[in-house]
Amino acid sequence: MNWELIGESLPKLLAGAGVTVQLTLFSLAIGLLLAVPLALARLSHNPLLKYPTAGFVFYFRGTPLLVQLFLIYYGSGQFRDVLSDMGLWTYFRNAWFCAVLTLTLNTAAYTAEIFRGAIQAVPRGEIEAGKAFGMSGWLLFRRVTLPKAFRIALPAYGNEVVFLLQATSLVSAITVIDLTGAADLIRSKTFAVYEMYLTAAVLYLIMTYGLVYAFRLLEKRLNAYQHRSA
Amino acid sequence: MLDLQGYGWLLLQGLQMTVLVGLCAMFVAILFGLLGAWGKFSHSKLANWAADTYTTVVRGVPELILLLLVYYGVPKLIQDGAAALGYELRLDLNPFVAGFMTIGFIYGAFCTEVLRGAFLSVPRGQMEAARAIGMSKTLAFRRVQLPLAMRMALPGLGNVWMVLIKATALISLIQLDELMRNAKLAATATREPFTFYFIASLLFLAITLVSMLVLKRAEAWSKRGVRV
Repeated sequence: MNWELIGESLPKLLAGAGVTVQLTLFSLAIGLLLAVPLALARLSHNPLLKYPTAGFVFYFRGTPLLVQLFLIYYGSGQFRDVLSDMGLWTYFRNAWFCAVLTLTLNTAAYTAEIFRGAIQAVPRGEIEAGKAFGMSGWLLFRRVTLPKAFRIALPAYGNEVVFLLQATSLVSAITVIDLTGAADLIRSKTFAVYEMYLTAAVLYLIMTYGLVYAFRLLEKRLNAYQHRSA
Repeated sequence: MLDLQGYGWLLLQGLQMTVLVGLCAMFVAILFGLLGAWGKFSHSKLANWAADTYTTVVRGVPELILLLLVYYGVPKLIQDGAAALGYELRLDLNPFVAGFMTIGFIYGAFCTEVLRGAFLSVPRGQMEAARAIGMSKTLAFRRVQLPLAMRMALPGLGNVWMVLIKATALISLIQLDELMRNAKLAATATREPFTFYFIASLLFLAITLVSMLVLKRAEAWSKRGVRV
């Protein structure tokens, strides 16, 4: 083990970890915004909403993330002329943009499925109670169904966040220098295999279990009403 | 109609390799899973600690990092060891073996949790009955506990398989000629990346669909003796 080299490369690795965190946060935030309407569309009785979203969710959950990344980043090159005409080529040429786009669509599909299950699991009685109070439609959904569904979904959503954090390591395959990319770059120059990958592994472990801990706290806080003695 | 420019065969060969490497990895994963579950149930503190560390570390580190660590790290470890003993050695891992061993090792951690839950859900009375009939511990394990646990574990192991087969796409990054890498070769040669990556994704989707059907039947078969 060459500790000196680890010390020297640490700033670069930490900068990579910063990119990892940034990618995770961006994709999570946009993915979450997309996931709720997607889950509702999936549950809707309108076939024009139901089947396309079911197809979207099935495609993004059934294929490897690496293929999705390549499809969007390298695949967009095939439509360069069309994309240029629409003024979108500057975005698709950018690996960082493609990484966020792919990760967002991917996590939106997984999260939509989690929310679909959670919305279906909201106890009937709570919705009936809401109706008895005279709430209906959007108000009922916003005040009763959604908050309850979010609490039900939280443990599964926490897992999804951890998976997404780890999945971001694949963006190094489309030239984004995240934590894995930075470790790989230094490894290829110095041949310091264990030093780089083990340090990266430790940094990932810290981020993962930090997130796990944060979600545990959030769960405790949101479900606090359940722990009060009767 | 879609023109594959003669690269269709390459994709099918890749598909075959993906399924093969996936099956080998799943086999390794179940072995590691049994070992891990044994470690978690063991009365030995050391085995408990080893199994807990295994599942904690593997689930906290991305697959890609572990894959690169094994693919580049293990040969270097052996070379450095040989150098310390005064031998000059040049060694490269076979990407097929490195790939399925690493993926198997990673998903072994997920199998560990599935199998642990499955063994816990086997009713105590079953084992007691087997012992009462006079079966030895190992015989009762093989004839009673293991088959019952496997039935409980089947849905969970099925989920692990679905995630595992998608993870095999990563092995293309260490140059194994599986579906993803062959799609890349075809995409580069024809300059039609979208076409080939899209077909590759559909082939992965096909694997997922077939697996879902097979698992559904397997679960029905495994429950044939259960009253509803």
